[in-house]
Amino acid sequence: MTDARLRHLLSVSDLCAESATGLLDAAEAFLEVSRRPVRKVPTLRGKTVINCFFEASTRTRTSFELAGKRLSADVVNVSASSSSTTKGETLRDTVKTLDAMHADVIVVRHGASGAPAYVAERTRASVVNAGDGTHEHPTQALLDAFTIRRTKGRIAGLKVAILGDIAHSRVARSNALLLPMLGAEVCVAGPRTLLPHDSAALGVRSYDRVEPALEGADVVMMLRIQRERQGVSLLPSLREYARQFGLSAQRLERAAPDAIVMHPGPMNRGVEIADDVADGPRSVVLAQVEAGVAVRMAVLYQCSQDPDERES
Amino acid sequence: MPTLLEAEASNRGLRRIAGEILERHPKPAELMLVAVRRGGLPVARGLADWLRELDGAEPSRGEVDITLYRDDAATALPNPRIGPSDIPGSVAGKVVILCDDVVFTGRTVRAAIDAVMDYGRPARIELCVLVDRGGRELPVQPDYCVLRAAVGAGDRVEVRDEPAGLLALQIAEGESSQP
Repeated sequence: MTDARLRHLLSVSDLCAESATGLLDAAEAFLEVSRRPVRKVPTLRGKTVINCFFEASTRTRTSFELAGKRLSADVVNVSASSSSTTKGETLRDTVKTLDAMHADVIVVRHGASGAPAYVAERTRASVVNAGDGTHEHPTQALLDAFTIRRTKGRIAGLKVAILGDIAHSRVARSNALLLPMLGAEVCVAGPRTLLPHDSAALGVRSYDRVEPALEGADVVMMLRIQRERQGVSLLPSLREYARQFGLSAQRLERAAPDAIVMHPGPMNRGVEIADDVADGPRSVVLAQVEAGVAVRMAVLYQCSQDPDERES
Repeated sequence: MPTLLEAEASNRGLRRIAGEILERHPKPAELMLVAVRRGGLPVARGLADWLRELDGAEPSRGEVDITLYRDDAATALPNPRIGPSDIPGSVAGKVVILCDDVVFTGRTVRAAIDAVMDYGRPARIELCVLVDRGGRELPVQPDYCVLRAAVGAGDRVEVRDEPAGLLALQIAEGESSQP
């Protein structure tokens, strides 16, 4: 029996097919907790989870916060705008400070790729990456995998098309690692300016038009156009993007008849996704949100095991 | 590998317990059998069969997984496998009969009580087990039990769900449980 415990979750590459499946299985039980009349179990009583968000986030932060609270952990939120970062404190000193407060898990979102790994090297706590720059967002990939498995009944053998701003998307990167690990066939598509320079590095097929990617897809994953991460304008206009790359009901007809549509949120309605698709019967966007809490409960649970036991 | 309880004896015992339950609780509609996963599942099933046979009673059934309620949840789970809990409707006002195969330290029962309480406030919680092997670490005692046996602390009691009924075996420390 392999050890399913996690020291840190910085990247999907910290997982293997078996440990990822173990997390998804555990998340099934945690999903049940969120649907009970009393949405709380005493499992992590006495553990401290610090949510350290150096970048704006509502859904991911709330999701981690609820996940910790439903496991009875003490959850503290630190956000960049109200933290001593604004007074000039370095990330290194922030980490040392939180470490001295005996955090068990530090959840880090940061605009700089690699920041969670930097934190992990400087604390005794377990570190969970909640999105770092254009690098990774492993819990998003896990919740996407969980949603796919619940709605389609499996992951292996499915054709998944990830469409949009691939180059700046940590969601795309994490999914391009996780879903093939679980047996799915993944391809990405977007305007050439928003594809990674070295798309072979993602290890998946890439297209500069959405039609060939959509053909027969079982899962269509839309990405947000991230205006905040593009230094220069890489798009002529949002209207042109919507016309050529946005997911309309008509374009969706190319996908498999029972294809599901996913979006990590927040959605730019009328840009990457049309209203009738976002609210349509194929959309599993809200199921993704529900899955997010369950998956994060599973991650916090496994990261909160006592270090001595964890290493033995 | 001595047999503690033959299938036939456990059937007779569950029948006796079903009778005791009906005597104590004349309104079976207020009863809810809650199995402690997974050992308690066949015990609850056997008990439900006898309640139906004796009285036509169909008490509601549920099951709880106690992994998240263990008092050692943070340290003692090398490979946590958490199963689903399933409680139909509300437990408020119900007489919950927790069913498990074996009671030993009482810690599992303590966790199961907490788990049930998270679904509401039952009128009563009672405990039914196939084997009470002694060795309690908490003040928890079964209300109904088929067999009381003193089993050495290092030994294990294994309950097998056989076609003829439930079979309880005592397995010595270090002995393989494979037949």
